[in-house]
Amino acid sequence: MANLHRFANPAQFQRLSRALLPWVAGITAILFVLGLYFALFASPPDYQQGDTVRIMYVHVPSAWMSLFCYTFLAVAGAVGLIWRHPLAFMSARAAAPIGAGFTFIVLATGSLWGKPMWGTWWVWDARLTSVLILFFLYLGHIALSRAFDDPARGAKAAAVLALVGAVNVPIIKFSVDWWNTLHQPASVSRLAGPAIDSSMLPPLFLMAFAFMGYFFTLLLIRIRADLASRKVQALRVAALAAAE
Amino acid sequence: MLDALRTFLGMGGYAAFVWPALILTAVVLVSMLVLSLQDLRRAERTLQGMEPADRPRRRRGAA
Amino acid sequence: MSTFWAIVARDVRLAVRGGTESVMVLVFFVLAAILFPFGVGPEAEVLRRIGPGVIWVVALLAAMMSLERLFSADHEDGTLDLLATSPAPLEIVFLAKAIAHWLTTGLPLLVAAPVLGVFYQLPGPAFGVLLLSMLLGTPSLSLIGGVGAALIVGARRGGVLLALLVLPLYVPVLIFAVAGVDAVIFDAPVRPSMMILAALLLAAIPLCPWAGGAALRQALQ
Repeated sequence: MANLHRFANPAQFQRLSRALLPWVAGITAILFVLGLYFALFASPPDYQQGDTVRIMYVHVPSAWMSLFCYTFLAVAGAVGLIWRHPLAFMSARAAAPIGAGFTFIVLATGSLWGKPMWGTWWVWDARLTSVLILFFLYLGHIALSRAFDDPARGAKAAAVLALVGAVNVPIIKFSVDWWNTLHQPASVSRLAGPAIDSSMLPPLFLMAFAFMGYFFTLLLIRIRADLASRKVQALRVAALAAAE
Repeated sequence: MLDALRTFLGMGGYAAFVWPALILTAVVLVSMLVLSLQDLRRAERTLQGMEPADRPRRRRGAA
Repeated sequence: MSTFWAIVARDVRLAVRGGTESVMVLVFFVLAAILFPFGVGPEAEVLRRIGPGVIWVVALLAAMMSLERLFSADHEDGTLDLLATSPAPLEIVFLAKAIAHWLTTGLPLLVAAPVLGVFYQLPGPAFGVLLLSMLLGTPSLSLIGGVGAALIVGARRGGVLLALLVLPLYVPVLIFAVAGVDAVIFDAPVRPSMMILAALLLAAIPLCPWAGGAALRQALQ
């Protein structure tokens, strides 16, 4: 019976998330509508990159989110390891696949942006290469957290990994930048992308906030789902025990 | 009117890159959302089916 | 302190007596490296260009092969529990195991590297830098890899998981080690790369035992 009550405490989270979710989801939807309107209609094409700049309006916010999510994993992991709050570990477990999804979007949209701009589907430019490595850091986190029979063990191991990764991300970024300047591809001199004109800022920030809102919406949903399935498990275990 | 639509869809000649990028983004974001909602609904439905039978007494205030 | 050296000595003795694993890792190192000429052709120019990179990538993979069992074997036969009760903290245990791994895997790779340098037609001055890069780099591989090995104790499919966890973390070492050897081949300053390799090692020495100790503690709970 003690098991049941351990999961009864997240009742606080359940109440909070039930109240918050419609608001967060609603604001996210509005931000997406506004952001897409500005990104697709109310902003001009770039004088150099033409309409491909509209890809930037999803590529750049995704890149920001992929970094944000990894930071989130590291912070949630640290909170979980230090204060042992179960919600911290559940947040990390819920957030990791979302971060991986954003990272995948960065890579795929980067490729689609690169083909018309630089002529190839993939370029070993410092930023894209770093994101590629970040993608594998995410996959490692997801795999490690699910590699143990005891999910608590997986959560703790993944938390350590997230912290190790967080220390490494700046080092990896630095070394990839170094590597890139050593091996400057001949055809591409500065892969900096377009200079950001002020007319591009509203759609960019609207989309960035929309993506952030999406993250929190999805996070709340996934944690609720995790709590519900754990409760199912606990009830099943309790039923078995009661039957003996 | 149709011209404006065609220009919009044409994306300055880059349609083959811009639209797949936007659609791909939408697909990834929407499918993550849908899959997570499915997990949530499934778990909540199971929970509703279980509760009355498996909770004989409600212990208020017990540790 | 004596526990520390006891652990190192034990692991080295086991590796020497058990013999085959260290030798197999070495054989894999050389064998995998000599596959590339079959793929890219035997031209000296090409081999010289890819040589340092290939040698280092294959060294990474070889170092990883013996990492999977680093802590898992001790966990299975109860040694890890015994070590946890010893006066030495788990961080020291980790450091000892990492050093033993380097002595039984990294050091042999270092010795075999010049042979591969010959296969890849590297110019004379490159050999010294290659050895230096391995001397500075392989201990980092043991330390960083050791953290991965500690994390996967008791995990399902530990071997593949270990590769997924550790290889991204190896990229900085790989980049700077190869940059150094390439620099001597293409007449560029070598010192910056070697300094950075040394800095990575110095950073790994305190940080990896800390993370590894935490991971081992989780494995023992």
